[in-house]
Order: sequence, then structure tokens, then C-alpha cells
Amino acid sequence: MRVRRRLFLLTCLALPASALAADDALQAAIRQAIGDRAPQEGGIAFTAPRVAENGAQVPVTISVESAMAGDDRILAIHLFATANPTPGITSIRLHPGVGRAEVQTRIRLAQGQRVLALAEHADGRVLSAAVEIGVTSGGCLA
Amino acid sequence: MSELPSRPRLRVQRRARPGEVIELRALIDHPMETGIRTGGGPAPARDMLESLVVTMNGAPLVEVAFRNGASPNPFHVFHAQVEQDSLFRFTWTDEAGRSASVEARVGVG
Repeated sequence: MRVRRRLFLLTCLALPASALAADDALQAAIRQAIGDRAPQEGGIAFTAPRVAENGAQVPVTISVESAMAGDDRILAIHLFATANPTPGITSIRLHPGVGRAEVQTRIRLAQGQRVLALAEHADGRVLSAAVEIGVTSGGCLA
Repeated sequence: MSELPSRPRLRVQRRARPGEVIELRALIDHPMETGIRTGGGPAPARDMLESLVVTMNGAPLVEVAFRNGASPNPFHVFHAQVEQDSLFRFTWTDEAGRSASVEARVGVG
């Protein structure tokens, strides 16, 4: 276990500069969507295939725990790719009249990676969930 | 504003009861070409949708901003709570300002 952990640390240190730049871009995209708020894990059911055959068309469903009534509303859902050439996937703003804090869409992944979902609650909290999605053939970006 | 050469489709049930939450399924054919090729090959020109705006009886219901990670032929499912006869309008606009729209009416009662 100890050896494994040390190997992991070495891998982190050996990350190429481009990977670090990609992480900066991801953090900037997240800040642009939710400002300086710190997301808290939970409250989101993020459904996606464990392995997607076609990276250009990966179906995802994001379902957030909310009555969508009164003050218990989800205002927006954001999706981010952690290993695409650019991190942004989509931002979806929900207005009064939306009856369920659930959206289904399709996303494009250049390679297998972790995909991050953030949901903005009307009370100011930001909920987060992440799923690891494998990709058999990349989404036309590589 | 000019027209997008895309054919949007919207599937919504025809009738609903007051207060019912109904499903809105929308699809538009569009290449969503980012113009990015990291492999070093020739990159085609960028051709991306920028937004999808959904209105219910003229009021904004959902607004989607598309980024590079959105799929070609964008597909969405949303849910609306209907209290009265409702007109849904979906409008996609690309980064050049061209747009395409589709409407569906739901009778409630």
C-alpha cells in the first residue's frame, strides 16, 4: 500500500505541463460558472455509461434532488470535461415552470475521463457529482 | 437573422392534466464542429451552435449554452409543469447568429 501511494505521488509529479494547463483551464471554467463558491458532493444522480462506444455521442442524465417549488429550486446545471482539449460541455439554466430538476443530453469526449456535474441551488449552495466514463473511440477531437 | 439549414424536431404529448409534469424531447441536426484537431491534422472551420432557448407561453423556461464538449446533433430532454394550454418554442442559434425554431402546443384540462 505504502509503495503504491508513493508511485501515485511520483505519477502526479511527473505530469506534463500540458496536463497542468488543462487543469487551470478547468478551474477557470468552473470559476466562471459558479464564482468562488465551494461545491459540496451529493444531491445529484449522474447517470452515464461506464464505457461509451462512441465518444462523440455519450448519453448522460443529470437528476438533482429538488422539489422545484418555492425556494427549493435548482437554477442551473453545468457539465465539465476533465480531459478534453477544452473543459466546457454545456450550461443549462432552469427557470420557473421547469417541473423536474433533471436534464438529459449527449456529450462529446475525446478520451475516457472523469466528467463533472455542478448544480446551483436557489439557496446559494453548489452541489457536485462526478462520473468516470470510458471511451472506446474518441469524439472527433483528437 | 438568417435561417439555419437544420431541421429541428420536438416531441411533446398533445394533452395533459393541470399541474402535470410533461417531458419535452428535442433534437436538431447540426455538425457542432469545434474546429479543434489535437492530432496535428488539418482542422475544418468552426461551426457551432451557441444557444438553445426554450419558452413556455413566451416566458423563458430553459436556456442552454453550448461549449465544445456538446455532441453533434444536440439532443435534450426537459420537464415542464403545465397549468394551462401551453405553447412551447425551442430556438437554436449558432455562433454566426443564424437560428432555427420549432413549436409544440399542449392542451391542458
